[in-house]
Amino acid sequence: MNIVLKQRSILPGFGLTLGFTLAYLSVIALIPLFGLFLRTAELTWGQFWATVTDARVLAAYRLSFGASLIAATVNVLFGAIVAWVLVRYRFPGRRVVDALIDLPFALPTAVAGISLTAVYAHTGWIGQYLQPLNIKVAFAPLGVVVALTFIGLPFVVRTLQPVLEDVDPEVEEAAANLGASRPQAIWRVILPELWPVLLTGFALAFARALGEYGSIVFISGNMPMRTEIVPLLMVMKLEQFDYAGATAIAVVMLLASFTLLLAINLLQWWSGQRHSGLGS
Amino acid sequence: MFQRKSPGTWQTANRPVLATTEPTLIRYLLAGVAMLFVTLFLLAPLAAVFAQAFSEGIAVYWAALRDADTLASLHLTLMTAAIAVPLNLVFGVAASWSIAKFEFLGKSLLTTLIDLPFAVSPVISGIIYVLFFGLHGYLGPWLAAHNIEIIFAVPGIVLATVFVTFPFIARELIPLMQAQGTEEEEAALSLGAGGWQTFLRVTLPNIKWGLLYGVILCNARAMGEFGAVSVISGHIRGLTNTVPLHVEILYNEYNFVGAFAVASLLTILALITLVVKSFAEWKFKQELHAIRM
Repeated sequence: MNIVLKQRSILPGFGLTLGFTLAYLSVIALIPLFGLFLRTAELTWGQFWATVTDARVLAAYRLSFGASLIAATVNVLFGAIVAWVLVRYRFPGRRVVDALIDLPFALPTAVAGISLTAVYAHTGWIGQYLQPLNIKVAFAPLGVVVALTFIGLPFVVRTLQPVLEDVDPEVEEAAANLGASRPQAIWRVILPELWPVLLTGFALAFARALGEYGSIVFISGNMPMRTEIVPLLMVMKLEQFDYAGATAIAVVMLLASFTLLLAINLLQWWSGQRHSGLGS
Repeated sequence: MFQRKSPGTWQTANRPVLATTEPTLIRYLLAGVAMLFVTLFLLAPLAAVFAQAFSEGIAVYWAALRDADTLASLHLTLMTAAIAVPLNLVFGVAASWSIAKFEFLGKSLLTTLIDLPFAVSPVISGIIYVLFFGLHGYLGPWLAAHNIEIIFAVPGIVLATVFVTFPFIARELIPLMQAQGTEEEEAALSLGAGGWQTFLRVTLPNIKWGLLYGVILCNARAMGEFGAVSVISGHIRGLTNTVPLHVEILYNEYNFVGAFAVASLLTILALITLVVKSFAEWKFKQELHAIRM
């Protein structure tokens, strides 16, 4: 077998640019991340396990994973509707709404945190109508879900849009000609094509939500065992100079993130496969 | 309102064919749900920033912005972005040149590694540097002995910002440069142009909108980063406070008007980012479209 390390090319600068890329990546990201894993080696297995399964930490996992899961699900449901409306319908202000979808990318998370708190607090614009219904959003677990929904929305919409734009109306026409009703056409013709991107959008929103810190610390109220998220516990341990404890929890979260990253790559490869198969 | 996308395909005398769209009622319903969702989750918080900032009048708003600590935080944020964005610009161009223009072993692994900061919690991005450069970190004692401050100082803030924002430019450029291929560069080189000249006069004009798009996203995140910077800065007023951290301090002191006034600056930055982004995206799509034709 003949393994090709690099194909020949007449373009210059390969060594320079790749060398720079690898050096930069190593100094900025890889070596510091490796240092984190090395640090956990200072703990015995028993200490590590005790740290990452402490009752307060377990409660934080439940909130972080649970709220991220709910927020990502809400985003898939409503994000799909938003993407559908933006791609398929024409109405005044569509471009503005379309541009606004990226707001959570552009707006600093701390700003999102304080303004969502203002809106959903019991005196806020929306919170005051939820108060009589006994729904507490700000300073409650529901607030975490609301903030994570805000953070994750663009991931779902932006993943779906290009694929929806590529769905050929002829396929829908064919379905209708063959006697399918509109719901049938959507359910059996369009939706199957969207599964991989819906899952990708879900995974991206979920991954982002798991690590989110800035917006949550304002809206959640940070009550121990109730509204503490995992990243907040890491920060608290760090502030108490419990580096080993912060590191242990960070490793658990990193492993979850890497698993998600792998899943996202597989999903994108899957949807790429389906897409090239249909497109060409 | 809410008409279907291409009325041109309507058939028969008066009756529109509903084969590829939903009944009017469903269309309005879906659009209504979408707009309600966008209003509750995007528009309301956006409007709330300004409503709160101006709730005690414009004089209080101006006073909050002219505060010395606010100005110091602005200065630090601008400086951080002015260092981090150019660094990441060089990285983005170098990375996408090597990845998009050449075929080599391990290319997809490298592309995945570039996405790492997106998968890592901002808090962890800060922690990794504290572990390295902090007083109890690997290099901490040595740095302390030589009076070099990284953690709780400006270099740490810049480092954390660079980490969080380095994928943005590379991510926009890699697919664009891949789609453009290498033919134009090869032609320039065989006509006698040098490598640098080829890049400046052939590659750069081709990727300029993608580049702008990446830079503007990178800048927005660099100026707005909270989690990573919060872990590393030590929150020293007037010294290591960036604008987002200053918002937090004012908020925690119950100075809500001040917090929202400073936050409104970041919100205006976000809105400008969205406008430039939409414009660059539109140009960028034309660029991509031109290649695919």
